[in-house]
Amino acid sequence: MFNPQRTQKIAFFFLFLATLLIVIPVGLIVVIIIQKGLPAINWQFISDIPRQGMRSGGIFPAILGTIYLVLGAIIFALPIGLLAAIYLSEYAKDNFWTRIIKLSIVNLAGVPSVIYGLFGLALFVVFLKFGASILSGSLTLGIMILPIIITASREALESVPYSFREVSLSLGASKWQTIRHIVLPNAIPGILTGTILGLGRAAGETAPILFTVAAFYLPRLPKSIFDQAMALPYHLYVISTQVPNVDEKIRYGTALVLLTLVLFMNLIAIIIRYRFRKKKKW
Amino acid sequence: MRKFKEFIIEKLILICGIASIFFVILIFLFLLKEGLSVFKTITPLKFIFGKNWYPISEPAQLGILPLILGSLLVTLGAAIISIPIGVACAVYIAEIAPLKIKEILKAGIELLAAIPSVVLGFIGIVTLVPWVKNIFNIPTGLTALSGSIMLAFMATPTIVSIAEDALYSVPKSYKEGAFALGATHWQTIWRVILPAASSGILAAVMLGIGRVIGETMAVMMITGNAAVIPHSFLAPLRTLTATIAAEMGEAVVASEHYFALFAIGIVLFVISFVVNVTADLFLHKGQ
Repeated sequence: MFNPQRTQKIAFFFLFLATLLIVIPVGLIVVIIIQKGLPAINWQFISDIPRQGMRSGGIFPAILGTIYLVLGAIIFALPIGLLAAIYLSEYAKDNFWTRIIKLSIVNLAGVPSVIYGLFGLALFVVFLKFGASILSGSLTLGIMILPIIITASREALESVPYSFREVSLSLGASKWQTIRHIVLPNAIPGILTGTILGLGRAAGETAPILFTVAAFYLPRLPKSIFDQAMALPYHLYVISTQVPNVDEKIRYGTALVLLTLVLFMNLIAIIIRYRFRKKKKW
Repeated sequence: MRKFKEFIIEKLILICGIASIFFVILIFLFLLKEGLSVFKTITPLKFIFGKNWYPISEPAQLGILPLILGSLLVTLGAAIISIPIGVACAVYIAEIAPLKIKEILKAGIELLAAIPSVVLGFIGIVTLVPWVKNIFNIPTGLTALSGSIMLAFMATPTIVSIAEDALYSVPKSYKEGAFALGATHWQTIWRVILPAASSGILAAVMLGIGRVIGETMAVMMITGNAAVIPHSFLAPLRTLTATIAAEMGEAVVASEHYFALFAIGIVLFVISFVVNVTADLFLHKGQ
């Protein structure tokens, strides 16, 4: 017969091992990128345009392009996402249509990112004739991060206690006044967290911008939203697979800038969530 | 006046509420609009079961069987690696880890989920690919195996976080009941908690696999991009997603090649739709 205590020890050891198998590589990846990328980072690398076919110079146009894209995506996605979350948390009844809306959100979240690229190409670039431009890319990324914003905002709105709403309504406030002045202010940290996570996702995605905005090599800054632009993730893809003989340092440096940008946004989101949880009044 | 303003706002909220449905339908319609044109020149059966993908030869051969098999092979490899590791990690975090370590582990998993796929692809090129090449002594490390390992890694955050939620939502009384009968902690996990959370764990696995099928950049960078029917894990291949990403840049708008890539998009959309809806059913069954 097996000794149950010994079986438990062996089983727990394997569970621990599996956990290490995931967590250690994550740590290693971050450490490698920081260690090898840091020597490449200097003011010229951050502020200069790429030179000599991307083999020297800096990555400023790519950084700026990514910032434009992310801002464009959020300008489009935040209002729609927030109102959609308000609808789901405050107005929707538990019926067939609400079920369909929730299923659609799950599906939007699960559609492969390259499909968003195809969709953006067909609708914005070709059908609406925006061309490959910051506008097309931003709208594509905006639709992609919509489910993240809706889900996070809805959770934030639903975590506001029901009694808050009852008090407000009983004082004669209308439903919209209650939402606007009572529910929304209390849900802002959660909404902010979701928005920033969406920003991080948009900053790191490559496939949706491949055919909607990204320029292979564009050593100048975009002039309008109808201009093409370089973007950090696509630039990293290009210099690590498409252009031969790029200095290792430049590749690692670009990876480090992208990773820092994305992780920084995630860190802000985590801090907001943490501080809010501590300050929670109910 | 105020009533009118509120009426407008509430209508606006309703419109945004149904925007998600609108976008899903819009995506599907545009894929259909562009993709179905390819079937004027090739039958759906020949498209799906054709063994040759030579989109720019004359006449073009548009059979996506090598791509489908490529996607299936890396997905299978990734599933074999990531499901046991992911579920084991979820059990460790949910049941065994002390509170402080639990927070650290969860942060690590979240970190992994946040790393952009192109960065993981880059790391794969500089670390994983040479390792695979040297260990198996093969001419190139850009193989299905490299892709499977990297995809398994990318699927674990999804599997761990959803499976952990499922384990966590098993009522405490089940566990207390098992303890009271003299079961050890492991017996309780194996015989009580895992079966009780099974539908949630199944959903976690499905969503993880959905993530793997849809993954594009990393898999394109490290599987070697060879659109041939793969015969082993140590050979290069190409997935459905990578084909779209690699070739759409060169395809002429409204050409046969362009339509064919959209038709691949339809296949991917349908797969992800089925995976997500089924996973959602499992999640709701669990509640």
